[in-house]
Amino acid sequence: MSARPLRVVGRPLARIDAIEKVTGRARYVTDLVLPGMAHARVLRSPYAHARLARVETGRARALPGVVAVLAGADLTWCDPYFGPAFRDRPILAIDVARHEGEPVAAVAAVDEATAAAALELIDVDYEPLAAALTLEDALAPGAPLVHTREPLAGHFADLSSLRPRPGTNVCHQFHFARGDAATALASADLVVGDTFRFPAVQHYAMEPHAAVAAWDETGGLTVWASTQNPYSVRVELAKMFDVPLARIRIVVPHLGGGFGSKTYAKLEPLAAALAHAAGRPVRLAASAAEAFQTVRRCSARVTMRVGFGGDGTLAAVHCDAQYDVGAYADIGPRVVQKATYTATGPYRVPHVDLGGAAVYTNTTPGGAFRGFGVPQLAWALESLFDVAADRLGRDPIDLRRHNLLGHGEAFAPGDTPIDGKFEESLGRAAEAIGWTLAGAADRGRGLATMLKASIGPSVSEAIVRLHADGSVSVLASAVEMGQGTRTVLAQIAAEVLAVALARVVVVTPDTAITPYDQTTSSSRSTTMTGRAVQAAAEDVREQLLRVGSEALGLPASDLALEDGAIVTATRRLAYPEVLARRFGMAGGELIGRGVVAPGRSAAPLGGSTPFWEMAVGAAEVSVDEETGAVSVERYVSVADVGRAVNPLLLEGQDEGGVVQGLGHTLFEEMAYADGHLLNGTLLLYRVPRADDVPALECRFVENADGAGPFGAKGAGEGSLVPVSPAVANALARLTGVRLRDLPLTPERVWRALRARERRAPGAI
Amino acid sequence: MIDAGARVPIRLVVNGRARELAVATHALLLDVLRDDLDLKGAKRSCDSQVCGACTVLVDGLAVSACTYLAVEADGCAVLTVEGLAEGDTLHPIQRAFVDAGAVQCGFCTAGMLLTARALLDEHAAPTREQVLHYLRGSLCRCTGYRKIVEAIVAAGGGDR
Repeated sequence: MSARPLRVVGRPLARIDAIEKVTGRARYVTDLVLPGMAHARVLRSPYAHARLARVETGRARALPGVVAVLAGADLTWCDPYFGPAFRDRPILAIDVARHEGEPVAAVAAVDEATAAAALELIDVDYEPLAAALTLEDALAPGAPLVHTREPLAGHFADLSSLRPRPGTNVCHQFHFARGDAATALASADLVVGDTFRFPAVQHYAMEPHAAVAAWDETGGLTVWASTQNPYSVRVELAKMFDVPLARIRIVVPHLGGGFGSKTYAKLEPLAAALAHAAGRPVRLAASAAEAFQTVRRCSARVTMRVGFGGDGTLAAVHCDAQYDVGAYADIGPRVVQKATYTATGPYRVPHVDLGGAAVYTNTTPGGAFRGFGVPQLAWALESLFDVAADRLGRDPIDLRRHNLLGHGEAFAPGDTPIDGKFEESLGRAAEAIGWTLAGAADRGRGLATMLKASIGPSVSEAIVRLHADGSVSVLASAVEMGQGTRTVLAQIAAEVLAVALARVVVVTPDTAITPYDQTTSSSRSTTMTGRAVQAAAEDVREQLLRVGSEALGLPASDLALEDGAIVTATRRLAYPEVLARRFGMAGGELIGRGVVAPGRSAAPLGGSTPFWEMAVGAAEVSVDEETGAVSVERYVSVADVGRAVNPLLLEGQDEGGVVQGLGHTLFEEMAYADGHLLNGTLLLYRVPRADDVPALECRFVENADGAGPFGAKGAGEGSLVPVSPAVANALARLTGVRLRDLPLTPERVWRALRARERRAPGAI
Repeated sequence: MIDAGARVPIRLVVNGRARELAVATHALLLDVLRDDLDLKGAKRSCDSQVCGACTVLVDGLAVSACTYLAVEADGCAVLTVEGLAEGDTLHPIQRAFVDAGAVQCGFCTAGMLLTARALLDEHAAPTREQVLHYLRGSLCRCTGYRKIVEAIVAAGGGDR
């Protein structure tokens, strides 16, 4: 079939779930009501680290209306441990609570008030233990150990090489080297280096984690879950409760935001255990405050040294990144190794020596969060790039351009070559922010880049069904969490099958119905799930053309699909007629199947990235020298996306990413003192509001050179990553002060401005 | 089951329909709407009157239903997101949200729409500054707000 112009892909269409969302009809897990459903509440540790000398639940069990009470010691009938990297996290604390807010016991009752009252009747004797609360605490000689037993491996094949440092709090180390960085740094004309800190941050997906679990008469388990990974949750539950995969259904209605917080199992194992104990469905709906105790971004301390030749050519990068993964590993080890691998960003660096460590502490577990460890490293690298530009007397954009990897150039041997044009993104960002134009004296401009690998290898499968009336079902398990994946998948199927978008239904993810998809994360859905849907739709198209060819007596190459029909120059056979010809009656359907499974490769992480996520950010800032308050006045994001399948949704993704990035850049930080989280509620933890948003432009570079359908590739994380260094670089260019710790609070900035005044003028 | 305490009768007009209910004195309006009346559009998120996901209108005034006693609404008209459209015809603010791409995950949407409705009732053509002022009690973690502000200004007929 000859290529025809795209009709549905590439257009800024309203999302297919928009009407249900603006009318309040969209259903989320917490909206679900099952007959006989009980309600759960969780008793959580008030201590960062404590031995559980006694957990007495008898009085709670006796309270009328209580249908189940569980403590760690009750979980003898299942394997209570879970976790995607290490299976180190118990459903409920067993013997030891390792962070404030760790679930210690749980109650299911006829209503939430009864469950809450029952929690008051549970007696726990805690024996507080010495706690490791910071990276410094945890890495000190003789530090209290968060975990003392050998951890069990989780289900990620490429973490089979998990390397804990026995007898310490280091749960995983990663090292990637090329060339001889030490020698290159010793002989470099300029070496810039420093230690940078990135805070623990709360995702605050507005819908807190929730799960409704129900066991059926066959011993099967259904969980309606707010998860980005139904298939990962399924495999965890299968192992823990010894149930075949085929008997577990994970159903995922709309998610009220994810951002990584809903990757891998979180509350689902506890909901399933309570439902088992209660013998009836159990709803476990966390509060927003409990989300702060469930997962967060891994905070980090990054020491980086970057060497340049006198002409500005990058010679070497040395990186020592320590990530605080909290009390349980979750996906932290993978965050560390994947991010550390790309610590050099989008630049050509002959000599690299990159080390990363995942470190346990007695704090909320750290896991995936938009950017997956990359923002922590880009904060260091992109700040140092501007320091180097200043020392070399070079324009920061010019210095970056001099070192950028080109289109098609190798990032690392065996991995996917660079699949976009950084040069173009950089140029467009510079132009949009007015880089070369004279700015107001009280404004500073700064810029930063980012490069991120997606997950590799990974598997996506899809089924597309063409029904007798010409309508289409797309069965795929990419989760809709606001990013618009259902709309994008519908657009892809509509494009291939030449039907109107309104004729395509994307079925709610349900592991009993919709086929395997590894995860909705890593910006992978458009590329990987999208390709599976595209292949499945193409399978249906082949079948249509085969039937049409026979019916019309013409070779398939003479046929085209148009507006729900097979057409030739003179004839038109609508899909219902094609199906009637195929089945000889008014029934039957055409079923297409698509599989994307690239397998392992020789790339350093064991699998090649399916694409590179690439973006540039440019900020214009002002500062109140009296208070240290930084205002971001304008911000431009340019992302290289191959092709925007839906520019309206993509723009929304990138705008949201920038604003989320402004949060951790300017004020967001989970603050701990004496083992307690000080700001674990929305009253105390400030996220960006509408009036915090600068004049904001999100643009795209589209060269149709992505690995996804129609030349698209992943996006949505990229816009967040450059925000912090772009803002800090702008601040440095405006004031001469260089901040190394995020967030850039007024106090930090004010202190730096005061310190500058005490130094010789002009020094940095 | 714990004693829910005395129940008191209240009368509400919810989305134009008269309702007589018996509620616990401590029952929150959000729970009464969601559990007793099965109106699930208003969402629970922060529990502390910060995020606005539970916003409904009580006699035209935007309130956080998560911290508002149902008994306080006795005798009042309550408008929830389910009552915004006229049959299948979306309210202009709903239409504007759809067209501007102001909806992502949808969890904040009901509260945003009702906050916007309260603003539009007060100022038919609000300025951007008025919109920003009204949105100080409404959080969104997905959109970056730009399209939400644009939608509200557009619904009032203002410049996009």
